[in-house]
Amino acid sequence: MKKNTIYTIAAIFILFILVFIANNTLDSYILRILNLCAIYTVLGLSMNLINGFTGLFSLGHAGFMAVGAYVTALLTMPVAVKQMNFFLKPIIPFLENIVWPFLPSLIFAGIISAIIAFLVGAPVLRLKGDYLAIATLGFGEIIRVVFTNTQSITNGALGLKSIPTTTNLWWSFGTAVFTIFIMVSLINSSYGRAFKSIREDEVAAESMGISLFKHKVLSFAIGAFFAGIGGGLLGNLIGAIDPLMFRFTMTYNILLIIVLGGMGSVTGTVISAFIVTISQEVLRFLDEAMIPGVPALPGLRMVVFSILLMAVVLFFRHGLMGTREFSWDKLRIFLKKPLAKGGNK
Amino acid sequence: MTLELFLQHLANGISLGSLYALIAIGYTMVYGILRLINFAHGDIFMMAVYFAFFGFVTFGMPWYVSFIVAIALTGILGITVETLAYRPIREAPRISILISSIGASYLLENLAIVIFGGRPKTFPQIAMFTDMVQIGNVHIQKLSFLIPVITLALLFVLMYLINKTKSGMAMRAVSKDFETAKIMGVDVNRTISFTFGLGSLLAAVGGIMWGLKFPSILPLMGVMPGIKCFIAAVIGGIGNTMGAVIGGFILGIGEILLVAFLPALSGYRDAFSFILLILILLFKPTGIMGEKISEKV
Repeated sequence: MKKNTIYTIAAIFILFILVFIANNTLDSYILRILNLCAIYTVLGLSMNLINGFTGLFSLGHAGFMAVGAYVTALLTMPVAVKQMNFFLKPIIPFLENIVWPFLPSLIFAGIISAIIAFLVGAPVLRLKGDYLAIATLGFGEIIRVVFTNTQSITNGALGLKSIPTTTNLWWSFGTAVFTIFIMVSLINSSYGRAFKSIREDEVAAESMGISLFKHKVLSFAIGAFFAGIGGGLLGNLIGAIDPLMFRFTMTYNILLIIVLGGMGSVTGTVISAFIVTISQEVLRFLDEAMIPGVPALPGLRMVVFSILLMAVVLFFRHGLMGTREFSWDKLRIFLKKPLAKGGNK
Repeated sequence: MTLELFLQHLANGISLGSLYALIAIGYTMVYGILRLINFAHGDIFMMAVYFAFFGFVTFGMPWYVSFIVAIALTGILGITVETLAYRPIREAPRISILISSIGASYLLENLAIVIFGGRPKTFPQIAMFTDMVQIGNVHIQKLSFLIPVITLALLFVLMYLINKTKSGMAMRAVSKDFETAKIMGVDVNRTISFTFGLGSLLAAVGGIMWGLKFPSILPLMGVMPGIKCFIAAVIGGIGNTMGAVIGGFILGIGEILLVAFLPALSGYRDAFSFILLILILLFKPTGIMGEKISEKV
């Protein structure tokens, strides 16, 4: 076994020990934030695969998350809770008595998301750049409109409440580690190189024999799969979902994460998922009254975040990491000679 | 459905279509010149409504003064957004500018929430515009006649500006070929600012009329019309001013008639335009009036 693999396994082991300690010592508020960090890592990675690695500017992420969250919630809710939720119009009989455990529900949610991504992607991915952005944005909105109107399946605008809150640190961090593993393996495979070549130059990639359609749809579907799982984790963490949760703002938050971390860097996404999620909580004081006599300005926090995104795009276009990645070798070089220039040797 | 009812819906559709057309022109001009979806355009439109609202209600200006001030401020806002958010990264990859425009849009929305408050406000109803007129059995707001007339008048002025003046010639040159226009002595920065200003002015006029027609105003009101008007621009053939107008009318009339004829689908009203967009992109990606551009390698 290679040395680096051992390091990685050791790091994951230490992470899980930390999770164990955190789970038993920290209060529920901090646990909630940590859960969100891990879930946003999953979501950021899935969006980065589509936008950062394959170069498809997709803005439909909230739509896939909505699909995942609804599928997971509907599959895991006990029969009694379903009856309580659907008081306006009864739920369709097909869904009424299904109760699945969490893991199969999550995976099923991911698969449904991926299938929808395939159905949407097959026609839409022929479009380029801006058109793709607006079409996928449109798709995200359509999903929301559909969910608001299908009263007997999704409970419409009322949303679903009392979803079993199964998600805990083990689920969220477990999924995050699994997602990182899959993403890193995928990106270093021949598929990953094909994705990157499509990002760099579509025409050149196609003339080298890479099937644009196949790889674009594949990247889109895998991204949607993890977005669905992330959405499912989020729904079962918060315990209540409604269509308004999955507005464009949700996509925007994830976009902020991948832009800040660097489009095309797994490491960057992980770091910035934590930074963005934690700072969104830390900066909550901005919404409250700070100076006596001056009334509180609710929403100031989001202004700060919009300025942050603008600043990153305008002045640090490559984000924290650009397309660079963490590796044990680089760390070792850095530890030996902190001031020497790193790089691939 | 009776003829009267149909005419009433048609009048509504035409005035909504005119509003869409006014906003869509801004998208199409900016896209034509910078190849950029200006996501902030819908929020510039929203700001115009608030400017007019505050001029009229808070500062007690007569309506025509407040409207003119609002239109002027919106033009300045449009130019400011371009200067701060798009100009510094004009040479960067397209995706960066697109993200920057999403950021600008989000910033304007959140600023509006902080400054104007998140609760809906009621736009002043000015009797001159909002009174009803009765023709036979059809009741139509005066506004429904005024909106298409103003739109067509503005379109006429705009066409003159683009086709007959020097600034218009510069705009056309920059949209055809950025670099060559520069070599030929066109002040590219000024031309782009001019385009943004012009688009924002039209959005402001549209916004004020929107406020009179749909008086409940809130900071996120620009999002949906913004996206829909971009769709209108794409349907008409992006980069083509006449196309944007045609797309706006198709979208506005189609949306109203869909709800009128199939009330069961009224919940899907917002989805209608997106389905139309996807169909257009699949079957005629260049839009109704667009020219086919072959890709150069």
